[in-house]
Amino acid sequence: MQPIQPVNIPEVIQQIPLNYYLIISTALFVIGIIGVLTRRNVIIILMSIELMLNAVNLLLIAFSSYRADPSGQVFVFFIMAVAAAEVSVGLAIIVMIYRNIRSIDVGLLNKLKW
Amino acid sequence: MQIDLLCILIPLFPLIGFAINGLGFRQIPRGAVGLIGSAAALASFACSLYLFAFFRTQVGITGSNAPIIANLFDWISVGSLNINFSFQIDQLSLLMLLIVTGVGSLIHIYSIGYMKHDEGFGKFFAFLNLFLFFMLLLVMGSNYVVMFIGWEGVGLCSYLLIGFWNTNTNYNNAARKAFVMNRIGDLGFLLGIFMLINTFGSVEYVDIFEKATRFTIGDTTILAITLLLFVGAAGKSAQIPLYTWLPDAMAGPTPVSALIHAATMVTAGIYMIVRSNVLYTLSPLTLEIIGGIAIATALLAASIGLVQNDIKKVLAYSTVSQLGYMFLGLSVMAYTAGMFHVITHAFFKALLFLGAGSVIHAMSDEQDIRNMGGLRKYLPVTFWTFLIGTIAISGIPPFAGFFSKDEILAHVFMHNKVLWVLGLIGSAMTSFYMFRLLFLTFFGEFRGTEEQRHHLHESPASMTIPLIVLAVLSAVGGLLNLPGGGWLSDFMSPLFEPSRRVNPQAFADATIDHSTEYMLMAISTGVAILSLVAAYVVYVSRRAVPASDAVERPVAEKVLYNKYYIDELYETIIVRPIRGLGDALYSFGEFIIDGIVNGVAWLVRASSAQLRLLQNGSVGFYVFAMVLSIAAIVALRFFIRF
Repeated sequence: MQPIQPVNIPEVIQQIPLNYYLIISTALFVIGIIGVLTRRNVIIILMSIELMLNAVNLLLIAFSSYRADPSGQVFVFFIMAVAAAEVSVGLAIIVMIYRNIRSIDVGLLNKLKW
Repeated sequence: MQIDLLCILIPLFPLIGFAINGLGFRQIPRGAVGLIGSAAALASFACSLYLFAFFRTQVGITGSNAPIIANLFDWISVGSLNINFSFQIDQLSLLMLLIVTGVGSLIHIYSIGYMKHDEGFGKFFAFLNLFLFFMLLLVMGSNYVVMFIGWEGVGLCSYLLIGFWNTNTNYNNAARKAFVMNRIGDLGFLLGIFMLINTFGSVEYVDIFEKATRFTIGDTTILAITLLLFVGAAGKSAQIPLYTWLPDAMAGPTPVSALIHAATMVTAGIYMIVRSNVLYTLSPLTLEIIGGIAIATALLAASIGLVQNDIKKVLAYSTVSQLGYMFLGLSVMAYTAGMFHVITHAFFKALLFLGAGSVIHAMSDEQDIRNMGGLRKYLPVTFWTFLIGTIAISGIPPFAGFFSKDEILAHVFMHNKVLWVLGLIGSAMTSFYMFRLLFLTFFGEFRGTEEQRHHLHESPASMTIPLIVLAVLSAVGGLLNLPGGGWLSDFMSPLFEPSRRVNPQAFADATIDHSTEYMLMAISTGVAILSLVAAYVVYVSRRAVPASDAVERPVAEKVLYNKYYIDELYETIIVRPIRGLGDALYSFGEFIIDGIVNGVAWLVRASSAQLRLLQNGSVGFYVFAMVLSIAAIVALRFFIRF
């Protein structure tokens, strides 16, 4: 890894320290995890997953700004585009689940075992 | 015509026959099967005849006796060792070619009649052709490795044909016995080849015999090589201690007994020794050993033959005994005489076996001579041809066996008087058991059942014609090599040129004065006729019939009847200990190794049975496990830095 070069970071960004970004994205991520773990509604679980994804996106942008490297931000755009596609697939699956079992409770999806 | 091509064609015909019959024996009609098989053999015979004529003219024109070598392809090239797949055509291989293809063709034709009612007709002809192919490889190969391929191949065919009627367990056991016994011999042969490579750096006959002339007589390396090769020969040619498979090999169909176990395959050992005559001439000690084994085999087998009651068993022991005579001839460096006996024996023993086959055919598969008798009236052609064969094998002039056996005995007489006397005793026994067989089978009253008498019939022409041809050959075969410098000795003489160079004095005294020779002839003929008369008195005048198995026999006869208990002896001292060892090792494998293998399998199955319970189908649980695991991995990375 190449040594970190001293870069010129705009004042406005430095008004909020990097640690705060880390704390908030971690908090968002954990909230997402807890959502996935505790909720049984598939739509909520999907939303929680989106939350985790965006926590990571936030982190990427923060690092990207602090290192004055725009590639991180470019990457986030890609993630968002892919995530949009992924959400449509996920929602389609949820629709299919609902059509099959007339419910969107994951607790009922336990036929695939042993 | 190109000679190389001709050399390839000779073994190719039977191979094609085998391929056609072997692949299509379910589809091809019976008539065509026999025709294809016999045509393949006859085509080979025709090519061999042409080759023989060509060789004779070539020798006549150029005056050189150099062998024709037809190289097919380079086969093995390792370091400085080069093994070609090539054929060598010289006097010896030509003689063997003519015997193998000639007698082979006759037996193929005979089989058409003999096996007509058998279910495995096509399979039988396929195997016969395959045998012919390997036998031709054996005799045509220009080096020991090609010979070894043929050697193994004929062993395989012998196994397949002995166990031809494979629904009978006894026959299968006989086949297995033959195969295992042969394997023991083959090991010796193989080690011999390795030693040859080590010593001479080549396996080509021409190279080896050239280089061998530089060795001195009694060289220990040569001694070891010749002994190892003889082990191979003893296995294939049924000498003590490896002879017990041959009598059991009679389980096969009779044409097989005639072709493989009398006329051709069992003479492979003699062929090999005649081929390696230089090496054997260099090692007098080996020759002494061969002589001892040969005479012991000849006498042992002949004495067993005296009391056997199965028509094929008598002939089988007779074959073992005659092979002993051939080796006896070789052991006194009378290579031509040994080869001469191979030729005449091929004629008369094939004739006798085919005659026996004709009798068995007529008697509806009865083989016990106690149930025969009086067949002379019902089977005239078989009787007359069998009679000629019997006279020929007994050594009564002017038929073939007399000349060849007499030549061997004359050479033995010059070397060792004791061996000669023993040989004479064997000759007397030969004459006795053969005429006993003849008288019990064809003379006297018919002793079989009414049903068998009703079925008695002379065999069809396809069976009698080969008998007649072989009878003519057995009658006149002696002309090949009349005493006092016959055609055969002249023809084969160039083969022994290197031998003569390494040991001139052994060949120098090869002449015997005529008065002694006539005396020897008179003695051996007298002995044979005496035995004939004895057999006549016992079995025709007194109408003695061998006792049934239920009757208690005198001790001496009992020992003979049970073949000196050799099989039982082998069973006790070799087979049982080996089987015991095998059982012990088997149980070791059973408990220890199987325990480990099965234990591992059991462990995996038991633990997976527990682990699969984790997969309970609840998505929430999976996600929880995943999160927990990732947390654990991250924690691990965080606390333990590596």
